[in-house]
Amino acid sequence: MTQSIVVQVGQCGNQIGCRFWDLALREHASVNKKGIFDEALCSFFRNVDTRAEAGGADAQRGKICSLKARAVLIDMEEGVVNEILQGPLRDLFDSKQLITDVSGSGNNWAVGHKLYGGQYREHIVENLRRTAEQCDCLQCFFVIHSMGGGTGSGLGTFVLNVLEEEFPEVYRFVTSVYPSAEDDVITSPYNSVLAMKELTEHADCVLPIENQALVDIVNKINQMANTGKLGNVKSNSLLTSNKGGIKENEKPFDAMNNIVANLLLNLTSSARFEGSLNMDLNEISMNLVPFPQLHYLTSSLTPLYTLADVNVPTRRLDQMFSDAFSKDHQLIRADPKHSLYLACALMVRGNVQISDLRRNIERLKPFLQFVSWNQEGWKTGLCSVPPVGHSHSLLALANNTCVKPTFIELRDRFSKLYRKKAHLHHYMQVDGMEQHCFTEAISSLSSLIEEYSQLDASKGIHVSYPPRLNII
Amino acid sequence: MSVVTVQLGQCGNQVGYEFFDILCSDLHSKPGHSTKRENDYYQTVCKEQFFHEEECGDLVTRAVLVDMEPKVVSKTLSMAGRSGKWKYDISSQFSQKQGCGNNWANGYCVHGPKHQDIVMDLVRKQVEKCDRLGGFFTIMSMAGGTGSGMGTFLTRCLRDAYPDSLLLNQVIWPYGTGEVIVQNYNSILTLSHLYRSSDALLVHENDIIHKVCSQLMNIKQISFRDVNKVIAHQLGSIFQPVYTSEEALHYCRNPLGELMECLVPHPEYKMLGLRNIPQMSEHSLAYSTFNWNGLLKHLRQMLIANAKMEEGINWHVRPPSQPTAEKTSLRKELQFNTSVANLAILRGKDVQTASLEGFRDPPLYTPWLSPDDAFTLWKTPRAFNKYEKSATLVSNSQFLLKPLDNIVGKAWNMFASKAYVHQYTKFGIDEEEFLETFTTLEQIIASYTNL
Ligand SMILES: Nc1nc2c(ncn2[C@@H]2O[C@H](COP(=O)(O)OP(=O)(O)OP(=O)(O)O)[C@@H](O)[C@H]2O)c(=O)[nH]1
Ligand SMILES: Nc1nc2c(ncn2[C@@H]2O[C@H](COP(=O)(O)OP(=O)(O)OP(=O)(O)O)[C@@H](O)[C@H]2O)c(=O)[nH]1
Ligand SMILES: [Mg+2]
Ligand SMILES: [Mg+2]
Repeated sequence: MTQSIVVQVGQCGNQIGCRFWDLALREHASVNKKGIFDEALCSFFRNVDTRAEAGGADAQRGKICSLKARAVLIDMEEGVVNEILQGPLRDLFDSKQLITDVSGSGNNWAVGHKLYGGQYREHIVENLRRTAEQCDCLQCFFVIHSMGGGTGSGLGTFVLNVLEEEFPEVYRFVTSVYPSAEDDVITSPYNSVLAMKELTEHADCVLPIENQALVDIVNKINQMANTGKLGNVKSNSLLTSNKGGIKENEKPFDAMNNIVANLLLNLTSSARFEGSLNMDLNEISMNLVPFPQLHYLTSSLTPLYTLADVNVPTRRLDQMFSDAFSKDHQLIRADPKHSLYLACALMVRGNVQISDLRRNIERLKPFLQFVSWNQEGWKTGLCSVPPVGHSHSLLALANNTCVKPTFIELRDRFSKLYRKKAHLHHYMQVDGMEQHCFTEAISSLSSLIEEYSQLDASKGIHVSYPPRLNII
Repeated sequence: MSVVTVQLGQCGNQVGYEFFDILCSDLHSKPGHSTKRENDYYQTVCKEQFFHEEECGDLVTRAVLVDMEPKVVSKTLSMAGRSGKWKYDISSQFSQKQGCGNNWANGYCVHGPKHQDIVMDLVRKQVEKCDRLGGFFTIMSMAGGTGSGMGTFLTRCLRDAYPDSLLLNQVIWPYGTGEVIVQNYNSILTLSHLYRSSDALLVHENDIIHKVCSQLMNIKQISFRDVNKVIAHQLGSIFQPVYTSEEALHYCRNPLGELMECLVPHPEYKMLGLRNIPQMSEHSLAYSTFNWNGLLKHLRQMLIANAKMEEGINWHVRPPSQPTAEKTSLRKELQFNTSVANLAILRGKDVQTASLEGFRDPPLYTPWLSPDDAFTLWKTPRAFNKYEKSATLVSNSQFLLKPLDNIVGKAWNMFASKAYVHQYTKFGIDEEEFLETFTTLEQIIASYTNL
């Protein structure tokens, strides 16, 4: 089996990463009861022989000695990373995997990308190389970061460039947290737009996440729990609580970050566990990215609000499929049902069979619009291992023009600031940062929006298909 | 003679497993009305074809397992190990760490050439274990990357290394609304390349088998295993020992050879489809009796009306009355299915009483082949796989015209927008190659249309 490396950058990246590792451990512990280091574990973890004479070498198969995360932790301040190192997950990481500085990037993309990028390049490359050498078949880097700050956004996208240069063969999947409109970081529109250009040019797939969408989901869960509609959600739900994970007391972002962590677990489940229709990571971009730059995939997770019982009757199972297409299950604020699909993937876990997939695709298809040349653009995967505490789950990934409003909103917020030249000098002070970085970034975003608009324009219009080749 | 099976990719391995499992369970199932001597002989011939026997009596398949990812092969091996009836030769497998990612070009241009030597070596070892080699049977899907791309490449290698052996490719046709978005590209690339190196393509459509599971077998929640069991049953009904002529005293020992001989009279036509009857759940089977006339009447109408299964046959379709020039238009109206060649295989009780005259009707066939050459009958009184009587029809006809036309049409629409093409160019399949592929397939469509 293949391995993946998580590169978590900045506060947001590290906090989500932290939730990911906790839940990943819990998932493997529930599947792997014998404590044997198996192939599935190997995809995100190393098994290290901690005895002195082994000198930290990888203990190959057999009993689990000490698990180490295949991760590189980067932050330009120490707070978050230190907290991880003092917390319950500390044994997962050793100091060689960390890259920190003390002062942070001050919510300034240029500081993260240009200043720290230049300064830490060697260090980052060395760290990535070492982590990569510990894999026998490295398939994918998962970069986790936020778009709004300075480090995750600036240095995170710098790392993305480094990855492309140093490991051109390895996939780059980026989980990007987009700021909400009321974000406390004033410069977040600048940072996000500057980062977008890098994502568009250098990532294989981007999974955009909007904090507002996460907040809405978490609020709704709490509301439902409090009104007693779902009495047991709070105590057992995989999404809202850390119960069963190592870390029991929650922090403000934890509930939101758990949702993102689950996205990553479900995305990789079929690569880690067996099933009757495996969906490896390399199948994601192959099937969902028809044109290289249109690689923004919106995601939705179900069940989110309820816990499905074991042996659910069919109706409940079908509900899960319906939910995946509803607005309030999307991890960005968007409505894929009323926009245009370029492609759609359904990654199912648990006791779900091919006939359940077929029935639901047939049922949902009439309500969805697909681009003319991909009317049957469905990709499916069946993984037999369900997530902890559920009998089944579904992750839907969509390449859909519904990302456009998010991008337009971002562009508008950028323009508002940029017209007034607000805060620009903070950026221009940084070596290597020029005016054209801004103009190029905004025009890159505009042309991306334009591509989606053109696709949208084809919606509902009857397209005449090209004439077939004639054989004489 | 023996057949070496190569099972490729997830689909190929999962189907292959069920195939061998059904061969074995059929060997041990009630022989129906055949004599003990007959049954012993049946077992011997089946074993010789697909297995070799270890000294302890264990049956080991003459198979090579190939996948670019490890999970499926290891699961398949362990399932076979647990069956207790048969097993794979565990040294006869090849897997790597990472699948072809549904990319035909990755399988064909990268992994195929890279691992050719190792895999061909495994094949050679199996060949050396055969006293006489009858040919190769490869099982793969068209939609993924490994089965389709690497499978196509290895078929070419087999053709080069064993120019005189027969190659039959079992191809699993994807669901219309697929499990893979680029399935139409992968499928056309597979078909056009296989058409060059394979002797015949035996096609199973997932949509149809799925319908069989739900409507005939009454399965509520259908899994790939259920689907594969039906495919395996149909394959078994072809390959289990059978008498290939009226006068034969012995079971046919070269099924691939005889199959090709009767079904592929011309290299332009090598797409074989299959219909069988009856097909039902074990429960219903226990309460049903059949007579040959009834079964064959249905089977014939399934053939001429191109019905996918026993249910929903259009009984209004009739053979055109006179084979004249206006024939084509008439046929189109009635959706009459014209054949190049057909092979009926009957198994079970009173098989000698069955009359097949209806299949020798000249209007069923093209004018360039006489019905006597175009129709072949194989039979045995030995019951197959719990069915007291069963009939299978392998047909080289317009069966696959519509699904083929669909796939080419969808691929063409996608190609016109250039969507996903960059994923193929990356590995060396350029637009030029795509165009050649389209040309090949339009040619095949034209040939079958003009029958
Ligand atoms: N979902 C989520 N969002 C977060 C989290 N922490 C911060 N954010 C969001 O990320 C953005 C701020 O970026 P940070 O990640 O804090 O910044 P940074 O990358 O550390 O960069 P500097 O602090 O400027 O060095 C804001 O939009 C926050 O709402 C978190 O744990 N989860
Ligand atoms: N009938 C049947 N079809 C299957 C099975 N598994 C997969 N398929 C079909 O096969 C196609 C997918 O191809 P796979 O065989 O999974 O692909 P692969 O050959 O492993 O290639 P990669 O995974 O891309 O390396 C789809 O059309 C599926 O519907 C199976 O067990 N039975
Ligand atoms: Mg910070
Ligand atoms: Mg596969």
